[in-house]
Amino acid sequence: MSTTIPAPPAAAPPPPHRTRAVLAFARNAWRGLTSMRTALVLLFLLALASLPGALLPQRSLNAQLVDQYFADYPQLAPLLDKVGAFEVFATPWFAAIYLLLMISLVGCLTPRTVEYWRAMRQRPVATPRNLARMPHHAVDVVEGTPDQVLDRMDAQLKGWRRVRSADTISAEKGYLRETGNLVFHVSIVGLLIAMAVGKLFGYEGQVIVLANGSQFCNTSILGYDSFRPGLQVDGTELAPFCIQVNSFQADYLSNGQPEQYRAQLGYQTAAQVESGDAADWQDYELAVNHPLRIDGERVYLLNHGYAPRFTVTWPDGTQRTGEIQWQPVDLRTYLSQGATKFERPGIADPAERQRSSIAVTGLFAPTSSGGQVVTSTFPDLLAPEAAVDVMRGDLGLDDGRGQSIFSVDQSKVDSGELTRVARENMVPGQSITLDDGTQIRFDDVTQWVALQISHDPGQEAVLVFALLMLGGLALSLSIKRRRFWVRVTPEGEGRSRVELGGLARTDRAGYGEEFDRLRTTLTDLLEPTGSGAR
Amino acid sequence: MPVDPLLSQYSDLLFEGTVVVYLLAMVFSAVEYVTARQSTPAAEPAEVVAVAATSAEPVAVSGSAGSAGSAADEIPPPPVRTPKPERSRADRFGRMAVSLTILGVLLHLGSIALRGLAAERWPLGNMYEYTSAVCLAAMVAWLVVLQRGAGRSRGIRRLGVFLYAPILVLMVLAGTVLYAQAAPVVPALQSYWLVIHVTTITLSTGLFIVPGVASILYLMKRSGRPAGFVAKLPAQETLDRLAYRTTVVAFPMFTFAVICGAIWAEAAWGRFWGWDPKETVAFISWVVYAAYLHARATAGWRHAPAAWINIVGLATVIFNLFFVNMVIAGLHSYAGLG
Repeated sequence: MSTTIPAPPAAAPPPPHRTRAVLAFARNAWRGLTSMRTALVLLFLLALASLPGALLPQRSLNAQLVDQYFADYPQLAPLLDKVGAFEVFATPWFAAIYLLLMISLVGCLTPRTVEYWRAMRQRPVATPRNLARMPHHAVDVVEGTPDQVLDRMDAQLKGWRRVRSADTISAEKGYLRETGNLVFHVSIVGLLIAMAVGKLFGYEGQVIVLANGSQFCNTSILGYDSFRPGLQVDGTELAPFCIQVNSFQADYLSNGQPEQYRAQLGYQTAAQVESGDAADWQDYELAVNHPLRIDGERVYLLNHGYAPRFTVTWPDGTQRTGEIQWQPVDLRTYLSQGATKFERPGIADPAERQRSSIAVTGLFAPTSSGGQVVTSTFPDLLAPEAAVDVMRGDLGLDDGRGQSIFSVDQSKVDSGELTRVARENMVPGQSITLDDGTQIRFDDVTQWVALQISHDPGQEAVLVFALLMLGGLALSLSIKRRRFWVRVTPEGEGRSRVELGGLARTDRAGYGEEFDRLRTTLTDLLEPTGSGAR
Repeated sequence: MPVDPLLSQYSDLLFEGTVVVYLLAMVFSAVEYVTARQSTPAAEPAEVVAVAATSAEPVAVSGSAGSAGSAADEIPPPPVRTPKPERSRADRFGRMAVSLTILGVLLHLGSIALRGLAAERWPLGNMYEYTSAVCLAAMVAWLVVLQRGAGRSRGIRRLGVFLYAPILVLMVLAGTVLYAQAAPVVPALQSYWLVIHVTTITLSTGLFIVPGVASILYLMKRSGRPAGFVAKLPAQETLDRLAYRTTVVAFPMFTFAVICGAIWAEAAWGRFWGWDPKETVAFISWVVYAAYLHARATAGWRHAPAAWINIVGLATVIFNLFFVNMVIAGLHSYAGLG
């Protein structure tokens, strides 16, 4: 970023007083905004504004923690919420800071790029009269006429941009520093634009699929359990690929720490689905750190769990089998809870159908501790057991209100419309018979996987700009813009007096070592006749 | 458990040995600082002449004719061969401190390597291993600084004690509070990006310690107080240059590490950037160090303010290393302290 901005050309006719004042104000505001000092202050504001994003729980990351914060600090939390402290990176004030910073950056880059083009075509400056004033300076007396000496010097300064006159060479090097600098800053702007594209046109959705050959097709938002669209996404133009989860395996250490999760998938790309070639599933092993990439969509394995399968046989012989994911409540042992709900088939009267609905709720342990109170001791499916409450009555599924798939509607229990008719510990294969003869069988356990489908059209561009940033940064920090001057005067007897001067233009780190090296190689070559003073 | 308990035990022994050796290095370095004479106005030019003389020597030898021979006669004998008794004691302790540091770094490297062999994975899987590696990176950076000609000739070596002290604190913290048994890591960490991302983050974190310490000393030297203490510090300019030169190495490396983290996050968590607390604080550190580089090019900011910014940068990096890992819940909570 530049500290000086070239003054804009003065308008030809002198404008009226007021216009001039407005212009002056605009000009000063622009200069103020694009000055390095402002940029520094904005950088600090940006750092400071991000801080609550790290210190306070954020809604986008963990809404439960935010709720917990509200419960812990009932006075403070609503105030913080008002200023957006729980969604820092979506607040207008955060956006204001980085937008101002971007404007400042562009305002700086534009004149600097113009200056850069000019400088790239400019010849090095004339040799200053007094080289002894330069930070680096040396004098040597060498063999050879001034012309010979300058010829050899010129050959040694290959790679430097140089101008030679009768008795001096003026050389300059390190133009790539500014190139790197500009590439870095332009890439920041590019990176932000690419990120914005991702935020506008990307989406992210989560869905749970049973790992028993069940399928998921990316056809509409309704297929997802949760969906976070970009601002320009309405869900009508999703790429309709399909996946089928064939199986899931988890490997554990003996202490229960997971070692590896893998899900065997089949998938069809959107093109395959559209061409109707439905039989053609491609295989893929989905694992953590190993997402499935289909064109622009990515499928990730987020979590897994268990879905116990129950079969209810009513006294009249009708049967229903239910299998739905139960929710892990302890991620160490995968003790899970849930509710598998059944509506009695073949009953015409809706009131009667409601009254005889059945829900199997309770806890599921993949490796049961055994005993009366079932708990889980290991996350793998070694000795599954479920501790269930069988509820009968009105589940409230027809109420038109949403309810959790992991539990029964507690208000129905409280009102007595839903009552517990059995409580039992069951292993697969066991059954319970209710008082009316209804039989409930615990058939088996299926695994489920939680998948995330992500789409971000900007991310390749983000990567490219990030790498450009890195390259530009490395160039601009490792290269020094420096000048080197040689002045040769005849000393008589075929000798010449060589005076060297050096100046690093960009920072105070200097280039003393390189100057000394240059001096040594140059004077070595010229067979010096005496070691000069510095 | 696929962990070799014997190797793990040897690794721990080496770690303890490393701490002892670093402690000795710090003591020797402290002796060097205490016994050194003030601010080296005499020693500095002498060494510069020595450098000039050695660079001129081969010239004289390869030079033809008698004129070159007479030039060689003019070169004074290198002052290294005429040791001054007052200086040499400090010098001797300083050299021993450096030798000990080299030994310590070798032991340290052995400790980390054995840890990796014991757990059969890259040895950067929990806070203990991470902190230990950060210390190693800082020590290696310090040796590299000393190895560069500029580092040796300007009295930088005697700053060692101010680096050994915080490193030792970190090492002891790592070996006690943060210690974790060698064990395999969770599936999310099983990726070659662990090697790239965590190693570069560790290296840059370790590197950032050096400019942070140099900036603190720079501010003390600049304030001139306490007078007796700061008199022995090298010139302000030297300290500032040390801070700048190490920062411009650490900062691009940190940038690279963050980009690698983003690439990994895209593969592991489904997005390349999600404002996870660790990511947020890394962003803050990045912005602060960017501000440092800008401040050095801005009139009125390039002296004390720039040094302050560098210190704030180090503070955010340390905050990210400890507080975010141990206190704030996030995706990066792999501290192994559960």
